[in-house]
Amino acid sequence: MVQTSVKKRHRKAYRINRTVKKVLSIFGRCLICLIFAFPFYWMIITSLKTYQESIQNPPTLWPQVFDLSGYVTVLTKMNLGMYFKNSIIIIIAVMAIQMVVMVPASYAFAKYDFKGKKLMFAMVLVANMTPTVITFIPIYIMFAKMNIGGRKILTTLWPQILPFGANAFGIFLLRQSFMQIPEEIIEAARLDNTSEKGIMFKIMLPMSKATMATIALFSFVANWNAYFWPLVMCRTEEVKPIILAIASLKELEVGLIWPTIMAGNTLVVLPILILFAIASKKIIASMAYRGVK
Amino acid sequence: MNSISVQARKPHRKLTEEEKAKERRKQKTRPYFMVAPAMFFLVVFTFFPIVYLIVLSFFKYNLISKMQFLGVDNYVRLFTVETTFGVALRNTAIYTISLIVLLIFLSMLLAIWLEHSSILNAIAQRLMFLPHLCATLTVAVVFQWLMNDEGMLNAMLRFFHLPALRWLNSSDTALMSIILISTWKSLGYYTLIMLSSLKSIPTELYEAAALDNTGPVRKFFKITLPMVSPQLFFLLITITIGSFKVFDTVRIITEGGPGDSTNTVVLWIYNKAFSGTIQVGLASAAGVVLMLIMAILTGFYFKALNNKIYYQ
Repeated sequence: MVQTSVKKRHRKAYRINRTVKKVLSIFGRCLICLIFAFPFYWMIITSLKTYQESIQNPPTLWPQVFDLSGYVTVLTKMNLGMYFKNSIIIIIAVMAIQMVVMVPASYAFAKYDFKGKKLMFAMVLVANMTPTVITFIPIYIMFAKMNIGGRKILTTLWPQILPFGANAFGIFLLRQSFMQIPEEIIEAARLDNTSEKGIMFKIMLPMSKATMATIALFSFVANWNAYFWPLVMCRTEEVKPIILAIASLKELEVGLIWPTIMAGNTLVVLPILILFAIASKKIIASMAYRGVK
Repeated sequence: MNSISVQARKPHRKLTEEEKAKERRKQKTRPYFMVAPAMFFLVVFTFFPIVYLIVLSFFKYNLISKMQFLGVDNYVRLFTVETTFGVALRNTAIYTISLIVLLIFLSMLLAIWLEHSSILNAIAQRLMFLPHLCATLTVAVVFQWLMNDEGMLNAMLRFFHLPALRWLNSSDTALMSIILISTWKSLGYYTLIMLSSLKSIPTELYEAAALDNTGPVRKFFKITLPMVSPQLFFLLITITIGSFKVFDTVRIITEGGPGDSTNTVVLWIYNKAFSGTIQVGLASAAGVVLMLIMAILTGFYFKALNNKIYYQ
């Protein structure tokens, strides 16, 4: 009799203990979600407030009146279309050049044996580890001396495109993926008199779709968000990408008009948010791949 | 469609000796043609600039007048006259060490905590990862707003009757605030890498440990840690290199201030090369120092840790 009551009490304590643990763990997880979601929430909410309300103390968690004047300012007071166009041109041009440069190189590194291959591949790895914050001064000086079609090259978009022509990390990833394609498939294609170009673009590339998508994703995100490189290379307003335009919102008006600044930043994050909402699973998988390989 | 492509195919025939030799020669030179464009870009935009940077570091140059040879003067100045460079170097070191400790510890912890699949965990993982994809500009500006003297974070502190902080506006807390922002931005990415590494550990190992009644702490140190060591190594290197080149956040929010409390090496180099009295040679010398630090650290990691890592 006594024993069973003790047992019961034990079981009860155990059950309470477990419930407490569970509640705590759910609470903790919600807290993490809050910590990472709140800044985004705050950015969007602030962008919808009037200036007066945005600096009110204590701040309001939900706008009393919805006000779009921040967005109106961003869209009318500066030539957003031009900056957007620059960003898109840079992104597409970089991707196109990278494709043409990266695919043959990766193919050669994966499937050919030639003298100097080890050295050249080591160069790719070293380049992958060399950040642009080391090389920007010499590259800037090089570009400052160059002309293209009668214009100073610094007044064109080329300085934001050419330095990224060879994507060392991309070559590394694509080589890895090409190496997994069995030799027999290539031999069979050669017996069929398929040219090397044909093998590359009609056999190897379609079989490495996932890797190509990963590289394209990295390239897009990196170029859309780039701040340092455009800051160094842009000497005229006409070549600025959208990030620099949004960064200059702080100086657009006297004092920091937070709703306007937040409206600009919401707009610049929007494509990324949409992309992530559509393909978050794939994006996460391909990003994790980079670290595991 | 199909028949056309069959007709278009070259007929198989025996190659003459001359053609064979030609084909062999082509086979030999072809790979060089294939890597040539990549090598061209790498040499022009990575290797030549490195050499040029080293050359520049021995000269006095302001982009306009003629270059003037100085020898090692720039390097001597970096560590004597230019006291702010030492400050920038110290700040960068504090920033890097803090991020290494915070990110590795927290990403391990969160990965273990969020590992088993549930809806809440999936949501948490996605939300954590999102800042990694967003522009540093946006993250920096939003946090500048949150950390404003009259901003949301201080409002929260006041709500809980805690003293408000001056965050980015005081030289005591500015660097800490920058570290906090960077941790927030990249924690999700590193947690994700640790997560996918945890998932690749064979479950048999844990089952065997369960049979032996191994405690959770022992399990962590004897199974989990050795199995994720390659990823930890990757984290260590990426965080180190990534932190040493910190620029965007400080340039956008504090421009190195208040005082020089958040000045970093890259910001210092950038300012010497592009603003005020332009001193390209001095900036280049600092660039060479930064490059050497990164190279030595990476080399050291590889040497010191390579034999302690367990590769599957």
